[in-house]
Amino acid sequence: MNKNIDTKKIIISNPLKLDCGKEINNFPIAYETYGELNSEKNNAILVFHALTGDQYVSGKNPITNKDGWWSYVVGENKPIDTNKFFVICANVIGGCMGSYGPSTINESTGKQIGTDFPIITINDMVNVQYELIKYLEIEKLFAVVGGSMGGMQVLQFVANFPDKAKLAIPIACTSSHSAQNIAFNELGRQAIMADSKWENGFYSNYKLNPDKGLAVARMAAHITYLSEKGLQEKFGRKLQDRDSLRYGFEADFQIESYLRYQGSVFVDRFDANSYLYITRAMDYFDLSKQYKGNLSDAFKETKTKFFVISFTSDWLYPTSENREIVIALNSIGADVGFVEIESDKGHDSFLLDVPSFLKTLGDYINSTYKVMNERRI
Amino acid sequence: MKEEFNIISNLIEENTRVLDVGCGNGDLMKFLQENKTKDIRGLEISKEKVQNCLSKGLTVIEGNAESDLKQFPKSSFDYVILSQTLQAFLNPELVINELLKVGKKVIVTIPNFGYWRVRLQLLFKGTMPVTENLPHEWYNTPNLHMCTIKDFYNFCSNKNIKIFKSIALKKSRISEINKSNLNYKNLDSHLGIFLIES
Repeated sequence: MNKNIDTKKIIISNPLKLDCGKEINNFPIAYETYGELNSEKNNAILVFHALTGDQYVSGKNPITNKDGWWSYVVGENKPIDTNKFFVICANVIGGCMGSYGPSTINESTGKQIGTDFPIITINDMVNVQYELIKYLEIEKLFAVVGGSMGGMQVLQFVANFPDKAKLAIPIACTSSHSAQNIAFNELGRQAIMADSKWENGFYSNYKLNPDKGLAVARMAAHITYLSEKGLQEKFGRKLQDRDSLRYGFEADFQIESYLRYQGSVFVDRFDANSYLYITRAMDYFDLSKQYKGNLSDAFKETKTKFFVISFTSDWLYPTSENREIVIALNSIGADVGFVEIESDKGHDSFLLDVPSFLKTLGDYINSTYKVMNERRI
Repeated sequence: MKEEFNIISNLIEENTRVLDVGCGNGDLMKFLQENKTKDIRGLEISKEKVQNCLSKGLTVIEGNAESDLKQFPKSSFDYVILSQTLQAFLNPELVINELLKVGKKVIVTIPNFGYWRVRLQLLFKGTMPVTENLPHEWYNTPNLHMCTIKDFYNFCSNKNIKIFKSIALKKSRISEINKSNLNYKNLDSHLGIFLIES
């Protein structure tokens, strides 16, 4: 949350026209890299983070002191092996881990930008990250990979820059945010805005933080990341540190205690306004609408190879929505593979230890890299 | 297996676009990739097998031929292959029609229920045949619509499907099937391989 952290950052000086019509320039984008770029520069993988992620994919996150959000996937000897690949991840624009966002200090006023920050979109996010790839002098990425909102960025990136990635792996995502997705995001936003400490987004001016609202937003969202079966098996009706009900509104049940905890740790690392802006970006995402209702047209210029992955118990971005991406790609004869992974861990499966997912993803990336190198693709 | 792969491979021209429907663990896809064409896709219903294929870097989609072939545009592949799977579909006729739409040419291979070893089991043992090629018992077989080489041959002529080439396989012996030797090949071959076009 805009703490003084030693993040890698570049300043993007080129003016960027946002979808909302405003133009921005001279703004920071924070990123992190893992592994080394090889001399042929053909081993770079751009990872896109999800709603509450950040650039710290692997290793220790210096802000939270916890493991990076995709430690199961990225790292030494992990499915995306940083002994072999050069992994790049940027904090999205609108975020709160060093990139230009509502918690960035406006130098002329010395105050946080707050809700004067322009509305951003998934399209804006990937256009900014393209600038980072140019700065790193990478002509062509081996792969673009991401889950959830990260997957949406994968789709948008390939649509915008059809010859910049050899391989695209969108995971547990959608090409267009559904009414249910928008509904849950709106619930979260209303929780934040209903907190009297939100102050129309200028809470930092009053040294306030709408942490109660943000925690409720996180709690509600967290439920959507799990499956009913997963919740039932993990928590059931188990009581929290007590033998019987207390006949009150304390956290009697373990699930309540768990959600309260998830909410409370989240507010320490995430900015409430960033939550508003990024959920809005997701809601506005509708790739087929950008191509006049024909999703296939988003990809007709590209030779990028696709691998789409969904999870059986993900009801937030269900298999049917992931399949629509596959169908759109098939209908233009694009090179696309698809599998639905069996897991009862819900939407969060892509972040967790799901062995068949990790194995399939790792093997696929490695064998594809090998074949492409052999054929000099 | 190897003989079947060789015959299929010989039916395919180099550097063409191929779809393997019911590609299993991707053995045929790998074989064709090494010998014929790099541009090959697979469709497979079993998650586990799809994951095995993807692990090998093969482009495979998890899906059901009966419902998911529709998403491919007309004539989008030079060849569509259906290797020893036709008998497992609920509606083989529909699948053949879909294959003929998606592929300019279609290669279908059929475990021959008319093979004499199969016939003898039913005739003398009085039980449903279990052979090397058809290893399942009646109660656990995935094969819903077994047919013979002759059945498929007749099906094609009744439906006005052009047969370009029909090959019979017995052990590793390969021979051509034609109208005059159809009854004999139907008795003496364990596998029929057909190259067809709508």
